[in-house]
Amino acid sequence: MNLAVNNQSLVLALGLVMIALAIGWHEKLGIDRDMIVGVVRAVIQLFVVGYLLKYVFRLNNGWLTAILILIIIFNAGYNAKQRSDGIPRALPISIGAILISTAVTLGVLMLAGAIKFIPSQMIPISGMIASNSMVAIGLCYRNLNAQFKQERQAVLEKLALGADLKDASKEILRDSIKTGMQPTIDSAKTVGIVSLPGMMSGLIFAGVDPVRAIKYQIMVTFMLMSATSIGSVLACYWAYRGFYNERKQLTI
Amino acid sequence: MSLITLKNVGYQVDQTPILTDINLAIEAREWVTIAGPSGSGKSTLVRIIASLLSKTSGDLIFDGQPIESYDPIIYRRRVSYSFQQPTLFGDTVRDNLAFPYQIRQLDFDEARAITGLEYVGLTESDLNKAVNDLSGGQRQRVALLRNVMIYPEVLILDEVTAGLDAENKAFVWSMIQHFNQDDGLTIIAITHDQEEIDAAKRLITIEAGRIVGGKA
Repeated sequence: MNLAVNNQSLVLALGLVMIALAIGWHEKLGIDRDMIVGVVRAVIQLFVVGYLLKYVFRLNNGWLTAILILIIIFNAGYNAKQRSDGIPRALPISIGAILISTAVTLGVLMLAGAIKFIPSQMIPISGMIASNSMVAIGLCYRNLNAQFKQERQAVLEKLALGADLKDASKEILRDSIKTGMQPTIDSAKTVGIVSLPGMMSGLIFAGVDPVRAIKYQIMVTFMLMSATSIGSVLACYWAYRGFYNERKQLTI
Repeated sequence: MSLITLKNVGYQVDQTPILTDINLAIEAREWVTIAGPSGSGKSTLVRIIASLLSKTSGDLIFDGQPIESYDPIIYRRRVSYSFQQPTLFGDTVRDNLAFPYQIRQLDFDEARAITGLEYVGLTESDLNKAVNDLSGGQRQRVALLRNVMIYPEVLILDEVTAGLDAENKAFVWSMIQHFNQDDGLTIIAITHDQEEIDAAKRLITIEAGRIVGGKA
């Protein structure tokens, strides 16, 4: 192990936060309070999670692992719902889409033998999958809302010509699914050139041979593609009907 | 029996009445002109008839059945609504004329589209013309053609001649006449145009959400 972060070095690294605070104060950004709250929350949350994970990993219980994964999925779904801006049934849609995208992706990874059903692998990987799916779904919601407002007239005209809801919404759906997947595709294109992502950096940091580390990163790239595409498709297809009423009329 | 019957139809939004006690019977093949000041509820009325809005009170009977008994999608293929300043879809004229076939999972009848284009003063080559290259009058003609590629029974026109020059107006007017007289479509047309009001066979005037007069 060549990691050298101890409590003392963390306290010294707090100086970095001071730089951010000084900039915020000097430029009168009015975000000092937010920054302090953010830093305090990050420290407390991470300490709690650290001790919790240590306990869960040592216990190595399948049920507990499954429950923790479900909690992660619920939290991700709840957060995605916050971006829905009034789309009906956004909470069950978000949770369902994240649940399925996470389950399918984890299932394939397990069948492929890339990961095992042990908490130290399942929990971090589930978190990565669910959070990426969450961000993708949030983007889908935002795009659906924006597009249905912007394309309202075109949707109305398609309905007036006798199009069913899917035909009337097809372009909007396509655009929204694409918007949800785009960040993952963009980052896949630049991985290794612009950024050395968290998984790979962490492994290299911990002393793993970079050639082994990139294999994990390749797996992560694949799994995020699957997670965001499944999450986006499901969320968009389940959510767009919420823009219409039972008489198939546009409600915005 | 009338094709469309409205009995005491009302529409209100948050307690504010937009339409009150509308009673109206429209026969098949009839041409009804609706006039009235802006904001009087004309568009709301025809959107209710087109099933793009739902009335909040009264009854609307279409072809002997209450409107609620129809699947709205199937209904709108029989009662087609054309907008003032229409939006054209996709990239080309073809995308628009093919749309009615696409939504019915039918093969595009290109021969009919070409006949239609020639009828409205465009040519076969315009089928692949970009919609952004069309003039205002051409856009309106293509949009109207889109409504009738597969004939509806009722064609609702919401000020489709507004904003057109005299020549285009006369042209669109003659198109509507053809649909009504030669092809037997029932026409419900909103207009502000005095000439069209004077020429109306049957006129209904709406003010403040009520029918206040007209001529039979």
